[in-house]
Amino acid sequence: MDYEAQIKKNQFRTEEYKINMGPQHPATHGVLRLNLTIDGEIIKRVEPDLGYIHRGIEKMCEYDSYPQIIHLTDRMDYLSSHNNNEAVALAIEKALEIEVSDRVKYIRTIVGELTRLASHQLWWGVMGMDLGALTSYFYGFRDREVINDIFEETCGARLTMNYSIPGGIRYDIHKNFVQRVKDFIVHFRSKLPEYDQLLTGNIIFEKRMKGVGILSKEDAISYGVSGPVARASGVKSDIRKIKPYSAFAVQDIDFKEPIYTEGDAYSRYKVRIDEMWESMRIIEQLVDNIPEGNIKEPTKAVIKLPKGEFYQRVETARGELGVYINSDGKKSPYRMKFRSPGFSNLSALEDMAVGSKLGDLVAMMATLDLVVPDIDR
Amino acid sequence: MSYFSEIYRGFKTLINGFRVTHKYFINARKEIVTVQYPEERPVIFDRFKGEVIMPHDENNEHACTGCQACEIACPNGSIEIIWDRVLNEETGKKKKTIDKHIYHLSMCTMCSQCIEACPTGAIIWGQEFEHSVTDRSELTKVLNNPGSKVRADVED
Ligand code: SF4
Ligand code: SF4
Repeated sequence: MDYEAQIKKNQFRTEEYKINMGPQHPATHGVLRLNLTIDGEIIKRVEPDLGYIHRGIEKMCEYDSYPQIIHLTDRMDYLSSHNNNEAVALAIEKALEIEVSDRVKYIRTIVGELTRLASHQLWWGVMGMDLGALTSYFYGFRDREVINDIFEETCGARLTMNYSIPGGIRYDIHKNFVQRVKDFIVHFRSKLPEYDQLLTGNIIFEKRMKGVGILSKEDAISYGVSGPVARASGVKSDIRKIKPYSAFAVQDIDFKEPIYTEGDAYSRYKVRIDEMWESMRIIEQLVDNIPEGNIKEPTKAVIKLPKGEFYQRVETARGELGVYINSDGKKSPYRMKFRSPGFSNLSALEDMAVGSKLGDLVAMMATLDLVVPDIDR
Repeated sequence: MSYFSEIYRGFKTLINGFRVTHKYFINARKEIVTVQYPEERPVIFDRFKGEVIMPHDENNEHACTGCQACEIACPNGSIEIIWDRVLNEETGKKKKTIDKHIYHLSMCTMCSQCIEACPTGAIIWGQEFEHSVTDRSELTKVLNNPGSKVRADVED
């Protein structure tokens, strides 16, 4: 009997089975484990399993004083560490009713936008690598290095900057800061078109991204996704526009919020590329007119917040970060809660992935831009 | 027809990408961004937070009075101060003096709290970044030099 007849006789049928993706998978960017139920190549279920990098940051905050909390938030979403610091500092300032000087606001915003650029550059490089294009990794990191040097000179660290503190910023900007930022903008304006040349128009890349991992506008809203993922599905969600903070509240900064309606991986990619252009425009408008002023408002030696609940939202590179402080008047919070963007974005993964091929899951995860310590605090 | 036009586009975009990479390949000497690390040293900025150090002057004297403010400020318990009250011959009073200022580099998160808490500026950031050792006990450091004492003009 030949082979085909044998299959016919045995009623060849397929069966679902489970595999683990992660926690040590190179495309999950950290210790994320996905329990996949697949039928051949087709994904039937995706169950993210968290807990491999849980450090209990929210619980640790309950034992630390307010200035000590700041350095823990660096370790959540380490790619937008300054935005995290800023969120906590803003929440504490809101509670204490401190109004920081315009200089602090401008510097915070410039450093925050540089953080966003650095994060998107890393994402671009790593996303290319996930899809098999190692070249993009080196180009992304080459440009990110310039920003890291700016941070190192002014904030003292390359990644966990710990720069915003309750009442201001830790040090004044370095005297080279303005010049270096301007040089970087000139440098990056000439290099960003290369990113498009290398990946955006490439037909292999387009075939792997277009129509993959579609998230509809309704689903995006009901999962509570934010940031570039929401914007790619047509949801306006930029906190810098909705509820301006820092320099966005002081000056009317001219920037666009890139909105795409397709909701697929390719539009998430396009949103982030557009955001890099917009971030550069924001920095250009601010860097030349940093006003004079105090870099630090005086606070008491031991900061005690008044009783009550305080909430502050900022836009990090991944979306909306919310900081909730419940204070009972002591020197450390009664309860601290972070609403991290990565967690909500990850929850939409199952909706995107069911019914598509296993290979596309990597493209979806790459464009969600997951940072696992942010999801699993 | 779209099959052939896609093949054509495939080649076109491939060449487009190669234009970028080959530009750097040909001009490789002009735009080098990497550093041959152990031979070439990277530039370390003054504010870089490498480790906590305690500067001593030429008389082997430091500014630490043993007030323990840094120990209290540290969120991770990275600093331990062993102190004693030592009789001062001139005044005849007992004065708090440090015996050892122990710093656990392995537990330090470079948060600057200790340095900001120190009233005398006895500890500062050092720019050392090559911290790899073969045994983790080597990461526990005693910051004050042996036989050092507090500078006479430092008040606590
Ligand atoms: S920098 Fe922070 S963690 Fe390190 S010793 Fe000082 S207070 Fe402790
Ligand atoms: S280093 Fe500074 S804060 Fe720490 S014990 Fe010495 S004087 Fe006090």
